[in-house]
Amino acid sequence: MSMKIGAEKFDERVQEGLSDTFMRGAVSSAQTRFRNGRLNAAEELGGWEEWRNLGEEIRTHTLENIDYYLDLLSEKVAERGGHVYFAQTAEEANNYITNVVKKKEAKKIAKSKSMVSEEIGLNDALKDIGAEVVETDLGEWILQNDDVDPPSHIVTPALHKNREQIREVFHDKLGYSKTDKPEELALFAREKLREEFLDADIGITGCNFAVADTGTVTLVTNEGNARMVTSLPDTQITVMGMERVAPTWNDMEVLVSLLTRAAVGQKLTSYITSLTGVKEEDDVDGPEEFHLVIVDNGRSKILGTEFQSALHCIRCAACINVCPVYRHIGGHAYGSIYPGPIGAVLTPLLGGYEDHKELPYASSLCGACTEACPVKIPLHELLIRHREKIVEEKGEAPVFENISMKAFGMGTASPTMYNIGTKLAPKVMKPMVKDEVISKGVGPLKSWTTARDFPAPGKQRFRDWYKKRQREES
Amino acid sequence: MAGKIMNKKHFLNHVAGQLGRERIMDTVERPEWKHQPQWNVLKDASQDELVDILKEQCKSIHTEVLETNKEQLSSTIQDMIKDNGGGQVVTWDDPRFQDFQVNLETQEDLNIHVWDPRLGDENIRITEQANLGITFSDITLAESGTVVLFSDAGKGRSVSLLPSTYIAIIPKNTIVPRMTQAAEMIEEKVANGEQVASCVNFISGPSNSADIEMNLIVGVHGPIKATYIIVDD
Ligand code: SF4
Repeated sequence: MSMKIGAEKFDERVQEGLSDTFMRGAVSSAQTRFRNGRLNAAEELGGWEEWRNLGEEIRTHTLENIDYYLDLLSEKVAERGGHVYFAQTAEEANNYITNVVKKKEAKKIAKSKSMVSEEIGLNDALKDIGAEVVETDLGEWILQNDDVDPPSHIVTPALHKNREQIREVFHDKLGYSKTDKPEELALFAREKLREEFLDADIGITGCNFAVADTGTVTLVTNEGNARMVTSLPDTQITVMGMERVAPTWNDMEVLVSLLTRAAVGQKLTSYITSLTGVKEEDDVDGPEEFHLVIVDNGRSKILGTEFQSALHCIRCAACINVCPVYRHIGGHAYGSIYPGPIGAVLTPLLGGYEDHKELPYASSLCGACTEACPVKIPLHELLIRHREKIVEEKGEAPVFENISMKAFGMGTASPTMYNIGTKLAPKVMKPMVKDEVISKGVGPLKSWTTARDFPAPGKQRFRDWYKKRQREES
Repeated sequence: MAGKIMNKKHFLNHVAGQLGRERIMDTVERPEWKHQPQWNVLKDASQDELVDILKEQCKSIHTEVLETNKEQLSSTIQDMIKDNGGGQVVTWDDPRFQDFQVNLETQEDLNIHVWDPRLGDENIRITEQANLGITFSDITLAESGTVVLFSDAGKGRSVSLLPSTYIAIIPKNTIVPRMTQAAEMIEEKVANGEQVASCVNFISGPSNSADIEMNLIVGVHGPIKATYIIVDD
């Protein structure tokens, strides 16, 4: 798998998402829960705006000096016995990693969740050389056993699957015979995966944040699989997007606090694991050999452009959890491993407009994403810039625009949204403002009739609006 | 032995070029951040207040908390072991067990393995089968209910990970407001020329997952149960 998932066209994927009632229910209740968690956690912490300002400050400074911090990081990792490989392309990264695997004659590889390894298609590259790769994150493992169903959410990748479907996958593929109780399913996974951890020759992880001044890789998890993957196999390979660096532990700490609160409303996740180099001489557990692979794969193209702040993203999914469009269409419709508002900004930057030109239109521009983002990325403004650039380049908006804005049910829902948009980008927004009437139940809108409208009034602050909406629901 | 760094120059020159400048070769001073709300959290809390906050937080992370004193610690731990069904117990080799007069190995009715680097992988094999793993906390974070563990020869990473139940002994004086203080302590050590441990774990309760229909399942890959024992020292 690479960043792009599925061969269908965007509107076909949207249709598919719309007609999956379970998925839609799951997405909307997940959104509500994540969002409640985030708002509570933010309130508890106090001064959330101050925290966001700090997050933005740290990320801005780091990205402006990223060559310096990556240099420092690599020196420190090497001091502690780790190897560092700078990979400009996905291919370079995969070649390096498969070479390590070949040299070790490794048969089995245990992997903990890593977005960037999905992005570069690492699993396929490993399979091509005959290595067995086991995804050990519960959600990823479920998807892997279901003939590699792509993830639909960056925090809970199997969100679109219900327990019966999961039971079926376990039953058909792994001989599971118990019920669809989540506890029983998880216990089964625990037992199966224990064997894999103990058996694996190599562990592969992603990286939430790398601390430059000590060469430390930090993993933020709840399940404990990343700890297994970095404690038991002799060799550890960590793949990181080059923007994942933080200057010091103090900065990493702030980013972790922002991430766990914004992602799941937890003060911290069950495990924050900070790993430096190879194990020490008398250590029993931990890797003897450590490789850090720092991946560019199109990120540097974004540096120095008006989209640079997209690289500040800490992958918390808060923007996804508040997005009314994501709520309607689900993760797969984006056709990218990065869904939601950040996906709509990032995917065209990494993968080009040609394949992903519809994505910037998969937004109502209500601004909820921007307000939710813990590092203050102006997501909806970046989406508008994308639209402007697409119009500049192509001379016109994609045909898709016409159906999309109507199809998302945003056309008439909230004229104020368009006012925001119109102010910022008159030439792009105009055609949509004209288009004020949508007739429900026609054409692509058919399956929308069960969808709830999700207007986000422009002037109200998101949180007030959300509270009001909750009251209305209860 | 130092590791190798590959492909750096080309990569970083390109990155600098994208930013429209030459590569930075001097040290970059990290600025004093304008916003620093992290230091205000629980700023004025007393040590006893921090204990209360820790206990309160543990309620929401499925973690049982016991309080005891130095005299009672040894018997509290033994009761804990028995209450949890006994069986194989693994502990760190940590001088603090002596300091706190905890002597589990001499108890005939307990099956204790003390992590011993000389035994190599045998430690992992025993720990994987163990019912309980026991460690001290090196730093404890009140806000998030977190024990911070630094790995070392006698302080295997697996002890807090592989057994079904994990018990952390928390000396009261290890409790600080939040992760901010722990990060600062680590940076201070580094500034004094010390090496940071190869593995620093921030552990908040048992392992869990929300990957099946967003239901919270406690105990996925790591411990199913976590208990903290706070010791008044
Ligand atoms: S863009 Fe912001 S809100 Fe969205 S995932 Fe990234 S950090 Fe989180």
